[in-house]
Amino acid sequence: MTDRTSARAGSRRPQRFLPLQILLGFLVIYFLVPFWWVIVNSSKDAPGLFGGGNTLWFSDQIDYLGNLRQLFTYDGGIYLRWILNSTLYALAGGIGATVLAVMAGYGFAKYRFAARRFSFAVVLGALMVPATALVIPTFIMFSRLGLTNTVWAVILPSLLNPFGVYLMHVYARDAVSDELLDAARVDGAGEVRTFLQIALPLMRPAVVTVLLLSAVASWNNYFLPLAMLSDNRLFPVTVGLGLWQGIASANNAGTTSLWSLIILGSLVSVIPLIIAFFSLQRHWRGGLSVGGVR
Amino acid sequence: MTLLTEKRTPRARNETRKIRGKVHLREHLMGWLFVGPFGVVFLAFLIAPLAYALYLSLFQKKLIGGTSFVLFDNYVKAFTDPSFLSGAWFVIRFSLVAIPLQIVIALTMALILDAVTNLFARFSRLMIFLPYAIPTVIGAVMWGFLYSKGFGPLTDIFGLFGASAPDFLSSNLIFYGLLNIVTWQWAGYYMIILYAALQGVDPTLYEAARMDGAGRWQIALRIKIPLIAPALILILVFSLIGTLQFFNEPQILRYLAAGTIGADFTPNMYAYQQAFSLANFNYGSAISFALGGVVFICVYAFLFFTRKRRSFL
Repeated sequence: MTDRTSARAGSRRPQRFLPLQILLGFLVIYFLVPFWWVIVNSSKDAPGLFGGGNTLWFSDQIDYLGNLRQLFTYDGGIYLRWILNSTLYALAGGIGATVLAVMAGYGFAKYRFAARRFSFAVVLGALMVPATALVIPTFIMFSRLGLTNTVWAVILPSLLNPFGVYLMHVYARDAVSDELLDAARVDGAGEVRTFLQIALPLMRPAVVTVLLLSAVASWNNYFLPLAMLSDNRLFPVTVGLGLWQGIASANNAGTTSLWSLIILGSLVSVIPLIIAFFSLQRHWRGGLSVGGVR
Repeated sequence: MTLLTEKRTPRARNETRKIRGKVHLREHLMGWLFVGPFGVVFLAFLIAPLAYALYLSLFQKKLIGGTSFVLFDNYVKAFTDPSFLSGAWFVIRFSLVAIPLQIVIALTMALILDAVTNLFARFSRLMIFLPYAIPTVIGAVMWGFLYSKGFGPLTDIFGLFGASAPDFLSSNLIFYGLLNIVTWQWAGYYMIILYAALQGVDPTLYEAARMDGAGRWQIALRIKIPLIAPALILILVFSLIGTLQFFNEPQILRYLAAGTIGADFTPNMYAYQQAFSLANFNYGSAISFALGGVVFICVYAFLFFTRKRRSFL
């Protein structure tokens, strides 16, 4: 960025963007404040937390290791279990939902079959049904089947992702040309092979987007597991931390150390998501632009 | 979607029809094969629960006489129940403020990030998006700490000016406390959707506008915003659906804001309380179903009024 052309381009409108960048700077600070607070305060022990020192800066004692040890050993290491549960729910729900959505989106986009328009309209209508309205009846259905308080109760409902189907439909319609598919068919490739070898690589950005969005939705899910699960060894980390929060608030005096576990627990629980988003960001953003324009 | 209207001779048409018959059956089969697995999940976890909720909502469990069919009694009860109505009123008021606020912030950020293309802008884009990667529950926990009198920074910050810190967990300010959390959580996600849409706009349009003497502001207002209208409608619908079924954040803050947030704070929380604390599944289902219906009608009405730009659906 230091060559002459860009320097000249810069000098043509040197400060025009500066106010915008300052505004951007303030926004970034706003969006980062909670993270900063959590990073700083998860280094403190209970006295440091409540001792009235600077709440936005480190205290004299920085004790991440001690707090981490406490976090992962508290109550027989239940926190690690919650993280593993969340991972299972996110992977199983995310991958399952993505496979179904990719197939259905491709099917809707590339085959003219009976009741196609009607079925697709129903799926679009389902986008407007709030997911939480389904939790109570699903719970009762599952309890009849003896499925509540099992991992299935969390995984199976998260396979439903109408938005993923919509996204894949729009993407497949535009990114996979009919001529290409016909050419593959003429060359003797079967439908499944055409899908796997021709269409799927073309749809990759949208596939990654749908995978990431459904995995994150499963990881973030709170209402469904809260309703379905009663055994805290099956909880995902969201429900687990909610449980701790309730306990800590209920008897404030007795369990002050639980607060520092919740703070560090929040920090640790978001690290996998942040890594997933950042490592995959090149792929997923392309998938989001569909449906945006046109 | 594409209509094939070719003129053919009768003989040729006959020929194609013969081939078509075969091809068609295959197409139907393959289409259903691809859509089928999702269809099964769709029926099992969307249609069936909805139908079941409707069914349950038509019954009442009485202390004497067991469960009986009461038709719409539960709905009549809900729409005259002060707990349900106050919750519904809260989410409606909240939507009216939260949705425009989030969209204006998201749009402003997306336009800035579309115009400024340096390293700082790229960094900002990621940082602004970061809260979306945080579970809403964790976001609420974090902000709950920041608001708290005990170990939050507000006391310090306002202390610098000799003022006492506002208590965002008090009943006067909880509206703004939640507004802040929701904006923080979702504005970045909406920004990314809008930003992606802006990136998809053909840049030659800007060139043409500049030739015609349009400034940056005019390009932003007259070209960029209209072109991404479908994306704006998409996020409006998302935020409408999300806000009306508000649950996670107030549910988590309940622990910290005891007395401010009751079990009937939002309709969804009320349905949860009825079903899982009071084992009143019939009434809980009725509330869920009524809420789902209200959301559906609101979104549908909204899409109807904006149907000229509804190209995203």
